[in-house]
Amino acid sequence: MNLKKYILRQADNTLILGQRLAEWCGHGPVLEQDIAITNFALDLIGQARSLYQYAAEVEGEGKTEDDLAYLREAIDFYNVLLVELPNGNFGKTIARQFFFDAFNYYFYIELQKSKDQQLAAIAEKSIKEVTYHLRYTSEWMIRLGDGTAESHEKMQTAVNDLWAYTSEMCTPDALDQEMQEAGIGVDLQKIKASWDAKVKDILAQATLEIPENSWMQTGGKNGKHTEHLGFVLAEMQHLQRTHPGATW
Amino acid sequence: MNISIPEIWQILETVSDPEVPVLTVVDLGVVRKVEVQDGKLRVVITPTYSGCPAMNVIEMNIRIALAAEGYPDAEISTVLSPAWTTDWMSEAGKQKLKAYGIAPPVGAVVDKGALFAEPKKVPCPLCDSLDTEMISQFGSTACKSHYKCNVCLEPFDYFKCH
Ligand SMILES: [Zn+2]
Repeated sequence: MNLKKYILRQADNTLILGQRLAEWCGHGPVLEQDIAITNFALDLIGQARSLYQYAAEVEGEGKTEDDLAYLREAIDFYNVLLVELPNGNFGKTIARQFFFDAFNYYFYIELQKSKDQQLAAIAEKSIKEVTYHLRYTSEWMIRLGDGTAESHEKMQTAVNDLWAYTSEMCTPDALDQEMQEAGIGVDLQKIKASWDAKVKDILAQATLEIPENSWMQTGGKNGKHTEHLGFVLAEMQHLQRTHPGATW
Repeated sequence: MNISIPEIWQILETVSDPEVPVLTVVDLGVVRKVEVQDGKLRVVITPTYSGCPAMNVIEMNIRIALAAEGYPDAEISTVLSPAWTTDWMSEAGKQKLKAYGIAPPVGAVVDKGALFAEPKKVPCPLCDSLDTEMISQFGSTACKSHYKCNVCLEPFDYFKCH
């Protein structure tokens, strides 16, 4: 049973998305939203830290959270493809975040029931933060989608561009099933139903259409990534790779 | 060594939160337990937010304060469950926040249950007016929202319910 890989999937989701959001620091469209987005980044990287600490403990080889974040290759990262995609404009960042938050919210709700006490505790802690995230991105989806003609068009383009990357989060593979049967992992089919309902509701309020194409891009959960992840890692890992063991 | 638990709590009451220095770590409710096991002092703390950068500093400051009072070997550990809530903030802590210009959390937790619920009325910490409005859900730190008072026109931080 690969509990470590199961933990790393969510750890990598939150770290890579947090790293992406941090690119907005100092570049937000207005000060309040700049602060909001970087608050998200902080919450997500905080969740990643708890998860990496636990993954390192499960692995039992004396590694630290930093080793797992800074010293793995792209092929050993198991985040979904959605979170590594470039930020694009503010609307695209919001759409990517909304799709992820709608997953993250229901994921942590279910994970609180895990038989694994540490995973349940991390979920209990994180759900409070993610509740704020989902509310914020839902509001912005509606504000921008049902906004001006230009903001509407940009949001519809963002939704269309991202759509093929949305199903990976809620599609169970053998490891997900194994973890669910062991009472440790969540039921992704159940989460998919909640995700579908939430996305349908918010997109309708935002006057945005759900794309008709049903072809979906996958692979991240097993280490097959887009070309974008390498650039994220290059920036994030550069210091530790160049000066191993460097500290503040 | 004979360790007096009430004395340890008194020491902890001298340790300030690095971001909101009027609050002690005890006011904030992040100290969950003080106990002695096999003659060894154990202090259990819990983070306010997963990514709160103050936690490492809080742990270090607790260590320094205990060492200065003759307890250099305390073990400080972190737990995540039960998750910290603003309900654990002391009444004294809430009064100190207000005097400092930060509106304390209003009422019980779960003010965010319903999506898009109207933000609750937060009294201005300066003039006590209820005619205030939320500028941004996310403020200067993870634990605060940004508000403004429509009467005295002051912008202020609100320590949000969590
Ligand atoms: Zn006022």
